[in-house]
Amino acid sequence: MNKTTSWFNVTSLVLGFAFLYVPILILVVYSFNASKLVTVWGGFSSRWYVELLHDEAIIDAAWVTIRVGILSASFATVLGTMAALVLDRYNKFHGRALFSGMVYAPLVMPEVITGLSLLLLFVAVGFDRGFWTVVIAHTTLTMCFVAVVVQSRLVTLDRSLEEAALDLGCPPVKTFFLITLPLILPGVVAGWMLAFTLSLDDLVIASFNTGPGATTLPIKIYSMVRLGVTPEINAISTILISVIAVGVIVASVISHRSQVEKEKAERAVFLAG
Amino acid sequence: MIEAVGPIKRKFAPWDDPTLKPFIRFENVTKRFGDFTAVDNLTLDIYEREFFALLGPSGCGKTTLMRMLAGFEQPTEGRILLDGKDLSGIPPYKRPVNMMFQSYALFPHMTVEGNIAFGLKQEGMDTSSINTRVAEMLSLVKLEKFAKRKPHQLSGGQRQRVALARSLAKRPKVLLLDEPLGALDKKLREETQFELMDIQVELGMTFLIVTHDQEEAMTVSDRIAVMNHGIIAQIGTASEIYEQPATRYVADFIGDINLIDGTVSAVKDGIATLHSASVDATIMAETGTGEVAVGAEAGFAIRPEKVQISLEAPPAGTPNVLSGEVWDIGYLGDISVYRVRLAGGSIVKATVANLTRMVERPITWEDKVYLTWPADAGIILLK
Repeated sequence: MNKTTSWFNVTSLVLGFAFLYVPILILVVYSFNASKLVTVWGGFSSRWYVELLHDEAIIDAAWVTIRVGILSASFATVLGTMAALVLDRYNKFHGRALFSGMVYAPLVMPEVITGLSLLLLFVAVGFDRGFWTVVIAHTTLTMCFVAVVVQSRLVTLDRSLEEAALDLGCPPVKTFFLITLPLILPGVVAGWMLAFTLSLDDLVIASFNTGPGATTLPIKIYSMVRLGVTPEINAISTILISVIAVGVIVASVISHRSQVEKEKAERAVFLAG
Repeated sequence: MIEAVGPIKRKFAPWDDPTLKPFIRFENVTKRFGDFTAVDNLTLDIYEREFFALLGPSGCGKTTLMRMLAGFEQPTEGRILLDGKDLSGIPPYKRPVNMMFQSYALFPHMTVEGNIAFGLKQEGMDTSSINTRVAEMLSLVKLEKFAKRKPHQLSGGQRQRVALARSLAKRPKVLLLDEPLGALDKKLREETQFELMDIQVELGMTFLIVTHDQEEAMTVSDRIAVMNHGIIAQIGTASEIYEQPATRYVADFIGDINLIDGTVSAVKDGIATLHSASVDATIMAETGTGEVAVGAEAGFAIRPEKVQISLEAPPAGTPNVLSGEVWDIGYLGDISVYRVRLAGGSIVKATVANLTRMVERPITWEDKVYLTWPADAGIILLK
């Protein structure tokens, strides 16, 4: 690798990151603005955060969002893990290509279409829209992400580990819980975190499928913005960004840490001879 | 010095005893994967307490045969009997056999102890018995100090021992070993081979080993089945297979061999006379197992160590003489390999044990030499 830093590299780096993060940085900075005017800096203050705590509508929306996130991420993790197992294990069943294509299609499906189709489904079966329809919709949205993450973990799993467990007298279902699941757990946890954060920041699908009493935070923010941007929105957005950043970082740390630790231990054994 | 431990090994040949029933029986077993036939109508008997080796190149079906016994694959046709009981339909977790995997397949999230205890826990054994058995196994493989380590904190040789201990812990009726020593270096592999033999005698189990390493198979096992393309080319003890190969494939696969093609010109009292145009010589040798008729195209097979090499011409009238010049010499320490080029251009190998400490050997490059051997040193193999 080239270790010398040329002015070109530095410039590209600065421009690239500026493009990505300056808008977010401005939002975060202005969330600590004492002034009520969004674009005028009036000194540092955390008053908007305090005000948020007293805004019941926002607290309610946050609570709905968290519950939707936890439930849909959990459902998506179970379904996504099952799909990943099938895709990894049964590589010769009829229609495998179609099945795997269908599992991954929602990754690139326009959210408007996913949202609309779910809405039509709920209307057709006469399911009242509300909290549970958002949970189901988010499960649909996020399970394919879980499947991708878990499958990448399964690919590196040595199948003879499961065979060894069977050979030692452990029935298949027990083998899954004693051997397979602990070994793919980092992937499963990372999948859950990813699903949770995706659910937190989804606006389109949620707004199609929500109903009375099930306003999520992104929907709430969006409706507030239509009445004008307030510092309060900056504050809540900052919190949302932090939660999502922490989620994504934790997910990637979990999925990488076990690998790094394993390599470190192996190196130690190698050096010890 | 290495000290001898354990009982002295005695002659063991249950396969010669017609009153004994085989312990494992593969009965007309065929296994197909799509169009590919991995095992082709194979019948094989293995006896109790036998150390049996399946030997062959990769893709010969030896691993498939073992995996069918373990229950990971089902025979397409035929059946497998263990102690007289048909194993078909019995899943791997209910079979009284355990397997040591080529990759060792140690559970990375469990300690050495946890790995060894895993099978015992599945049996529902009580904790104190499990602890006793685990301690016993750890001392058997000399890993007492490593009980609390995780597999990734062990060296390759130590992992191999944990895998062995884990597969032995349940005292299976049969232990299956899939290329168990493939990942070890040569010295460690040789030591471990003898340890495996000691353990097998000590525990009185039946061992079935799959290997592509002929030295390994010959060292550890009582009998060897040489496999090729899903069938058994020959079954026998190491010396039977080496000294009396049934086919050219076996002769060629096991050890080093010189093969001289020719036409049989006479057969008398089990001795055939073979005339070879390629080396322009007449060779007399035992006919081996096949039916050898006059006029048949056949090959004469002789191991290099049974060929005597000399600078002096043998007395006139001596049978089985070839002459040529030394083409190449390989000095391997204990032996030297001479590659002798005959008049017709073909090469015959002869090995000589280096019994003295001379640095300069009497026979050297381009010397004219004579190759001789007794009539019973080689064997005639049909094409």
